[in-house]
Amino acid sequence: MDAPIINYIPILIMFGLALAVATGMVLSSSLFGQHVPSRQKLMPYECGKDPVGSARERFSVKFYMIALLFILFDIEAIFFVPWAVVFRKLSQDYSKLFVFGEMLIFIAILLVGYIYVWRKGILDWNK
Amino acid sequence: MLTTDILIEWLVKIGVVFFILMTAIAYVVLLERRLLGFIQMRLGPNRVGPFGLLQPLADGLKFLFKEDIVPLEADKALYVLAPMIALVPALMTISVIPFGDKIVILGREIALHITSVNVGLLVVFALTSLGVYGIALAGWSSNSKYSLMGGLRSSAQLISYELALSLSVVGVIIFSGSLDLVEVVKQQNSFWLGFIPKWNIFTQPIGFLIFLIAAIAETNRVPFDLPEAETELVAGFHTEYSSMKFAMFFIAEYANMVTASSMATLLFLGGWYGPFVDKFPLLGPIYFSLKILFFLFLYIWLRGTLPRFRYDQLMRFGWKFLIPVALANVVLVAGLALLIY
Repeated sequence: MDAPIINYIPILIMFGLALAVATGMVLSSSLFGQHVPSRQKLMPYECGKDPVGSARERFSVKFYMIALLFILFDIEAIFFVPWAVVFRKLSQDYSKLFVFGEMLIFIAILLVGYIYVWRKGILDWNK
Repeated sequence: MLTTDILIEWLVKIGVVFFILMTAIAYVVLLERRLLGFIQMRLGPNRVGPFGLLQPLADGLKFLFKEDIVPLEADKALYVLAPMIALVPALMTISVIPFGDKIVILGREIALHITSVNVGLLVVFALTSLGVYGIALAGWSSNSKYSLMGGLRSSAQLISYELALSLSVVGVIIFSGSLDLVEVVKQQNSFWLGFIPKWNIFTQPIGFLIFLIAAIAETNRVPFDLPEAETELVAGFHTEYSSMKFAMFFIAEYANMVTASSMATLLFLGGWYGPFVDKFPLLGPIYFSLKILFFLFLYIWLRGTLPRFRYDQLMRFGWKFLIPVALANVVLVAGLALLIY
């Protein structure tokens, strides 16, 4: 099915509208709201006590690991999409076993990486 | 060709759909508060207007006149930008979601979707995953420890469950052979054996469950509401936000719920199809809304019923259970498709 590029224009219009609404909301609260700032009010919330140190501290490396794994596996997940789109067409025109087998090989390669990560213990959150 | 007619049609459709979306979001909030009230043996807000129907308006006004606080030492530019980044993509997704077939108004054939692009499914996924930037930046820019922790947890949770989410729709794409959401729905039109609708939920129930679980996690709802776990993180990434900026995160969350519900409907429950919809195309949007309402009710029901996951349980469930099951589901559905077609 051909979809002309012109069909993307409404998404752009929608972006403009959503951006206008978002900007309007930010502006309206600073326009209509009251402003009586005080030092206590502007402190970061820490259960009523004075904040201890900065919030921009070091955090667990686990989050970094998860981000790395996400990039790897998400790219692999995206590779499924073009295969899935042509799956039925290709299995009718060409060979059923070929289309299916190709994906099994791909999943096998993906699983090698997955099992490696699992055995290394990156997926255990509290290790 | 871009003609004035098409442009006017787009603008009218965008206006109507946007208005309906905003109204729907406002009333889903009310519905949630009332239903939660009934689940907990109380009434919920019922004082403003009949049955509390004017409550969203009152809440909106109150948000508008509340003080807008920017904490000291916050990164001001990012602090203001974060709720906008959360809200804009959440509202944009509606532009590719079809809610009915073609109808004829004043002798003019009008398709019941704002626009249909051949990568509609990818557009929705791309836009919904942009929301994580809003949350991560909000957490970091507030310069509050609770916000930072909420933002970090939230980003890790969102990206973990996105894998299972994108793997669970692969089965649907195999059946439809297209990423166009209109095509995905049309493929579910006819019947198996003459009476079972060809909805994807019947051919791939595992995929549907994975999609549902991952979608609930993606929208930060109970039992996956770790980013704003009140008992440990005060309010998570939006602890320091007040007035309209807080409302924007709120609206974004509910818009994402509506998007997730409509995606579940389109991909697995046959979109706008139902009895007699071929003769009366106007029934399409009604069936579509009813199916969405079912999922929204499910969201609220879960919130009233389930306790929250612990963070390590959440990660273990996402990485060690959902992803392998989703991969197995891909193989299973592909095998099934080979048998059927």
